[in-house]
Amino acid sequence: MSPFMMGLTVFVLAIFLGVELITKVPPTLHTPLMSGANAISGITIVGALYCAQTGAVNVANILGLVAIAVAMINVVGGFLVTDRMLKMFGRKG
Amino acid sequence: MTNNLIPLGYLVATAFFIFGIKRLSKVRTARQGNQLAAVGMLLAIILTVLDINLKANGAVDYRYMIAGVIIGSLIGAIAAIRVEMTQMPEMVAIFNGFGGMASALVGLSVVWRAVHHQMAQSHYTGALEVHTILGGTDVAVSTVLSLLVGALTLTGSLVAYAKLAGKMTGNPILLPGRHVVNVLLLGFALAVAGMLAFGSYPGITVLILCLGVLAAALILGVMAVIPIGGADMPVVISLLNSYSGIAAAMTGFVLRNNLLIVSGSLVGASGLILTQIMCKAMNRSLANVLFGGFGGDSGDSAAQSAGYTNITEAGPEEMAMMLEDAESVVFVPGYGLAVAQAQHVTKELGDLLEKRGTKVSYAIHPVAGRMPGHMNVLLAEADVPYEQLIEMDDINPEFKTTDVAIVLGANDVVNPAAINDPSSPIAGMPILNVHEARTVFIIKRSLSPGFAGIPNELFDYDNAIMVFGDAKKVLTEVVNEVKEAS
Repeated sequence: MSPFMMGLTVFVLAIFLGVELITKVPPTLHTPLMSGANAISGITIVGALYCAQTGAVNVANILGLVAIAVAMINVVGGFLVTDRMLKMFGRKG
Repeated sequence: MTNNLIPLGYLVATAFFIFGIKRLSKVRTARQGNQLAAVGMLLAIILTVLDINLKANGAVDYRYMIAGVIIGSLIGAIAAIRVEMTQMPEMVAIFNGFGGMASALVGLSVVWRAVHHQMAQSHYTGALEVHTILGGTDVAVSTVLSLLVGALTLTGSLVAYAKLAGKMTGNPILLPGRHVVNVLLLGFALAVAGMLAFGSYPGITVLILCLGVLAAALILGVMAVIPIGGADMPVVISLLNSYSGIAAAMTGFVLRNNLLIVSGSLVGASGLILTQIMCKAMNRSLANVLFGGFGGDSGDSAAQSAGYTNITEAGPEEMAMMLEDAESVVFVPGYGLAVAQAQHVTKELGDLLEKRGTKVSYAIHPVAGRMPGHMNVLLAEADVPYEQLIEMDDINPEFKTTDVAIVLGANDVVNPAAINDPSSPIAGMPILNVHEARTVFIIKRSLSPGFAGIPNELFDYDNAIMVFGDAKKVLTEVVNEVKEAS
């Protein structure tokens, strides 16, 4: 199997898995779900890190640097704000 | 064996994400779920740095990486700590955009490096199979797709943010010929994908084509979101949430990285499901939301207030008196509650009534507010126990035995025209049946219509009483009245 077919298989199966998982999330948690999804979409950080691995000043590296920063905003901001919200859901009124 | 260690570690990180999302299915375990996902992310980042170091035999310059991580972490942390709960829709909108932007930048960086590499290696200026530059036909296509989806998610999200934050009109902006322009832009991007997949071009041509796709996608994102009204933002944010995930998955195809593909698809699926739920709750198709040009913010109030014949008006004192005698009260929050920041005073009134022995609950319509679950977060912030937040299908049978329903800045989601008038633009939309309660108080600044731009039949009902004013102000007065009486 080519790497592409392998990737496509993983992609389709992961979508099915995602649908199964997400349909079980209650509506009351939909906002934290979305901000948590923001954080997870910051996984592009992995790709971004590969793009900025030399010290040479060139366009590819600078694009990588910006990509790292932006992805990291999502990762840190997303997980923190989700935690902040879920903490409020947890406490008893 | 050592080649498999990093992918194995990525697999563990993927498992953390999956368990994390699984734990989001219960309020009790949700916080832990989010933390699990964060651990997965940390693991992924550490493994990546390790992998880069291994492959380069230690000859890595970390300055760019460290700078990026520090800048991003600081901005993210400050944003997360400072944001008001009423602003969550704006924050999610802009984060969707950042997700898309990161993917587009990675795609562009890969192209740039490949082209640069080719030109540096030889002075060969003739045609070269592009997939030999980018590493294969599939990589060429996914690179174009990650540029396309990423960039349109960025500008689309920025427009959505501007609409939500009131920095631009919430009304649909309908440019003439927009469908033709959109089709042309999309067609161009897909044509480039096809060209790069099957043709051969010099590196510089590849770069120019990719920059062209980027520009087309940036325009497309703006064009796609400006015709959508402010009140349809729950659908738009959900859809852009999904796109930001798809863009990450496309980047995964570019880099042949399964962790990116799986995480991206999980986010993509999540956004899609929320989109579907939102559309269903408005009884509209996704196509109608995206292309219908429907639903701005509240229209011209003076022109629209005409047509009501049976308006009953009351002040906070009368409302307080009625509440003192009520045995059951249901609050119905909407976007107006968020605008007025009235969640805390609502909870205060609820507590006061509960102490007097009144049964208090909160009815949540799925599209109340500007994003899925918006009202739940606001009320959670005010310490309302989530057991008191009741979904539409569960609360609707209860209204018949409810003494007082209080509508706080909700409009179309309580308009009985959706049931009674088949010619109404919102006909068939599921609503909260507040009109079945013995008395309905509607706290509202004026008689202006909601996003659908139509009069609300409810205001003319005999059991409906309008209390004009800002929700926070009115409720504060009611709270004082009730306190004095007890």
